[in-house]
Amino acid sequence: MKFKHATPLLDQLESGPWPSFVSDMKLEAEFRAKNEQGIDFQIPSDTVEDLLGILELSYKHGRTHWKHGGIVGVFGYGGGVIGRYCDQPENFPGVQAFHTVRVNQPSGKYYTTDYLRKLMDIWQLRGSGITNMHGATGDIIFLGTTTPQLEEIFYELTHNVNQDLGGSGSNLRTPADCLGSSRCEYACYDTNALCYFLTQTYQDELHRPAFPYKFKFKMDGCPNCCVASIARSDMAFVGTWKDEIRIDQEAVQAYIGGEIPANGGAFKGSRDWGPFDIQKEVIDLCPTECMWMEGKTLKIDNKECTRCMHCINAMPRALRVGKDTGLSILVGAKAPIVDGAQMGTLLAPFVEVKPEEDYSAVTEVIENIWNWWMEEGKNRERLGELIIRQGFQKALEVCNITPQPCHVEYPRTNPYIFWKEEEVPGGWVNDIEEYRKHHLR
Amino acid sequence: MAFISSGFNPDKPLENRITDIGPRDFNEFYPPVIARNKGKWLYHEIIEPGVLVHVSETGEEVYTVRVGAARLMSGTLIREICDIADKHCDGHLRFTTRNNIEFMVDSKDKVAPLKADLASRKFPGGSFKFPIGGTGCGVTNIVHTQGWLHCHTPASDASGTVKATMDVLFKDFQDMRLPAQLRVSMACCLNMCGAVHCSDIAILGYHRKPPKMDHEYLDKLCEIPLAIAACPTAAIKPKKITLDSGAIVNSIDVNQDRCMYCGNCYTMCPSLPLADTEGDGIVLMAGGKVSNRISAPKFSKVVVAFIENDMPRWPKMTQTISRMVEAYASGARKYERFGDWAERIGWERFFEKCEIEFTHHLIDDFRDHAYHTWRQTTQFKF
Repeated sequence: MKFKHATPLLDQLESGPWPSFVSDMKLEAEFRAKNEQGIDFQIPSDTVEDLLGILELSYKHGRTHWKHGGIVGVFGYGGGVIGRYCDQPENFPGVQAFHTVRVNQPSGKYYTTDYLRKLMDIWQLRGSGITNMHGATGDIIFLGTTTPQLEEIFYELTHNVNQDLGGSGSNLRTPADCLGSSRCEYACYDTNALCYFLTQTYQDELHRPAFPYKFKFKMDGCPNCCVASIARSDMAFVGTWKDEIRIDQEAVQAYIGGEIPANGGAFKGSRDWGPFDIQKEVIDLCPTECMWMEGKTLKIDNKECTRCMHCINAMPRALRVGKDTGLSILVGAKAPIVDGAQMGTLLAPFVEVKPEEDYSAVTEVIENIWNWWMEEGKNRERLGELIIRQGFQKALEVCNITPQPCHVEYPRTNPYIFWKEEEVPGGWVNDIEEYRKHHLR
Repeated sequence: MAFISSGFNPDKPLENRITDIGPRDFNEFYPPVIARNKGKWLYHEIIEPGVLVHVSETGEEVYTVRVGAARLMSGTLIREICDIADKHCDGHLRFTTRNNIEFMVDSKDKVAPLKADLASRKFPGGSFKFPIGGTGCGVTNIVHTQGWLHCHTPASDASGTVKATMDVLFKDFQDMRLPAQLRVSMACCLNMCGAVHCSDIAILGYHRKPPKMDHEYLDKLCEIPLAIAACPTAAIKPKKITLDSGAIVNSIDVNQDRCMYCGNCYTMCPSLPLADTEGDGIVLMAGGKVSNRISAPKFSKVVVAFIENDMPRWPKMTQTISRMVEAYASGARKYERFGDWAERIGWERFFEKCEIEFTHHLIDDFRDHAYHTWRQTTQFKF
């Protein structure tokens, strides 16, 4: 098919083995142009051709052609839709208005084909048919529709698909999780359930911006952190355990004997690393040096273990996480804007995950932190930046969490210590006249 | 085109309105074998690159075939994915955090037909639609942002840089020859919607010129105090400007030496665009990770301060990434992540082995983050 705009630069991205987004967009453009099903497209039928055209222009210019901003949305929501207009509307009328709709993905990103087809029925009729599966925060992203279609899309989503929008703007962003105990033996709690619970519980915070800036929840089932919660969420829920790593000594021998491949088979590539060496590959790599062999028995001094996951990852059939499981809460991670990148800082070392009590131990920490941040946070100040500005002690204080050595990498190296007046006997009320009785001017 | 009503009545927007229902319950979407064995999984094994088996204490197994995807995905392609899932997986599938698609089957004999079907499907341009891989000690899919395709602040394209990079790293997507997993990420501006700051290798779009000031419109479109407050280096101050017409308007002035082109002011004020053909390009970062395994999570470090945008395939960028991957593959120990390898051999050797030039731009000068990155010992390598 001959397309509306020549795209010589983009066409070069059709070759090579990796799936070509250009080829895929061309398929959608053809689908719309041929329209064999006679769909009454609600936005211009050549919208994808214009999208290819304007992207080609960016490849030629080395600059974006999307304009800043655009206040659009659905009634009563402050988030979920992002306005987008192009700066060449005359040359590319099909993408003159090309708004994004964020659709809240289900926990674990599991789908049925019936559900996905229903979404595509809406999106190919009322939008461009182009999506992101998924956006960086986790949502299903619908790329490109016009303002009059927004309410229609929302109405069909809620009435026909029982499905809501995600978050955008200065509010709670769509929470995201790893697949957790649904298909992973490492999971220390049901991440899918907690993600769903928090998403439902905080719908108001998701849709109506009341925060100083964005706020992200992410749930990882174990310290392997497959959804990177520790690096990219204002509040990270990382599964962990308190008791002993479970050992199957027979399986340990099977690893030593080479009957089971190391690391869940992760080295089964073109390179031969030689036979598995438990001393070199597990015991010597343990960061706390808390493991050793006694004859044919693997021993672990669990009290010294920091649950880094290496030994469990290396021998998943021999070692399992403990039974007394819960999660650690870390706060303040973010990308660089505005004050530089930050990693999550350990706030609550161990929180019990109790769905039967509506996860009250988790929501208590969330709400304490939010109350402080909403009161003290400046415009566009992420939680991590507030923690730096007011100090980590303050975060512990508002959450009623007792300071412990696990809260620091090492204790402070400078003695510029702030004391509260009530911590010093006699307080700060002083009497200069009394002092001068014994100390001449 | 005739307008089709969904049933929404703009005159009575609250009538029958449904709001705040959240996403669908995940329990509706689990494949039956997943629903039956949730929380009962004993162990997993990667049978071959891209194919996993999880074994439950009930004795049941689930086989997963993982395929890469471009993240940008058309409705037509999603319908094809649905057809595959209907044919092989009883209408179920899932996506991973790194934009892979996972097709799951409940017995081993269903794996080969599924693999053959996936591998046979190609786009008319020649690329795979569903390449199998992305597991274990290899390269998995690149997480990325919107780029020129749909964003107003990018300094580079995302889909294009990712396509170019994954074509170069494709063998390592389908192999597991590396010492550990290698995660590559892409963000098209410093805002890092993709949060690439903790990746083994990160591609970052970056501006290098202070904002252009659209004085005639600035006060009409922007809250000047917000633009001033947004600047992390206090480079912006208010200024009265006399236009060519003689009119005096309220605007701002940028102390150009103090600007580090973060674009935060543009986010607050559309009259301060930064995009510039020569100014914009790519920063490469390396050595970050998010896992707590063996060593603590760590930030990526800037290893190349600038590579020009060279459309459509960014050859200098992909060649540099290839050199880093090869140096890591041959130099690191089994289980050693990219950043741990760099720290063990020292950054002196890192730049040597990766054939990357060290320049003054790689010495941090941003606030007190910087001090902690300087060498404060005589323990260095010649």
